[in-house]
Amino acid sequence: MTTESRIDFRELISNARLNGEYEKIVGAIPYAQLIGMQLFDMGHQPTFLMPKNDLNIGNPILPAIHGGVVGGFMETSAALHLLMTMETLTVPKIIDFSLDYLRAGRHTDTYASCQVWRQGNRVANVAINAWQTDPAQPIATARAHFLLVQ
Amino acid sequence: MTDNLTLKAGRFVSVLPHCRLLNMSVDHAEGSTVIMRLPYSAALIGNPENGVIAGGSITTLMDTACGTAAFVGLPGNELCPTLDLRVDYFKSAQPGKDLVAKAEIVRITNSVVFTRAEVYQEDGNEQDVVATCAGNFMRIGKQIDGSPV
Repeated sequence: MTTESRIDFRELISNARLNGEYEKIVGAIPYAQLIGMQLFDMGHQPTFLMPKNDLNIGNPILPAIHGGVVGGFMETSAALHLLMTMETLTVPKIIDFSLDYLRAGRHTDTYASCQVWRQGNRVANVAINAWQTDPAQPIATARAHFLLVQ
Repeated sequence: MTDNLTLKAGRFVSVLPHCRLLNMSVDHAEGSTVIMRLPYSAALIGNPENGVIAGGSITTLMDTACGTAAFVGLPGNELCPTLDLRVDYFKSAQPGKDLVAKAEIVRITNSVVFTRAEVYQEDGNEQDVVATCAGNFMRIGKQIDGSPV
């Protein structure tokens, strides 16, 4: 990666904090683009959307979203949540991730939101829920630790 | 010549649209062990500052490798959905290099298949371990086509 792209990304984050263009941060991450992630709502806390996408299917017979994609969506949501709510300008580095699947991820829109339970100087603990039609009936729940590199 | 288990694993993975998108492939399957490969691609980058791929694509590789190990380790075409995954990321994956997952079944019970996986990058003959995972899969008593086992 060039020094130029590094400056661009940091600028993007600083600008997003000033003018609220948080969707541009999501747009700057290739993996988020690959799975079709969007910032759905930046209300009292960020909510992310992964719209129905044929290329995210893991079980073509049901059909159901690939469990790994549900995990990837939740991990990326947690990293973005930290990036949007913390002061750091660098992408937090994931240390570990524990994911429980509660229901099959049907071939439809999926949402995720996060809760930061603890943010120390070096580590953040984040809980993530993913749902489809009803936030009270999550399809998966997870928690992750991130290293907050300065 | 490719043996039957490697063919069974390869066929299983080849019909999964998201695995095709990521160009994931089966290197080898033997007993209850599966070795799978995820080629590096700029589309998988999670950190645009340094080109390191997203943890999510490694999670997908591990979920697929563990699920495939469960599939080839059980007789017939029994399909087991993931119950949970626990992933530890030891270090960032080096940009530009393939990721290889080696997954194996630890224990099969009447209800659950317990698996483990290690993801590494090849450095000559050395294996540089990037992440490990434990994944449990439910035996729901259905074949891949939805019919009972």
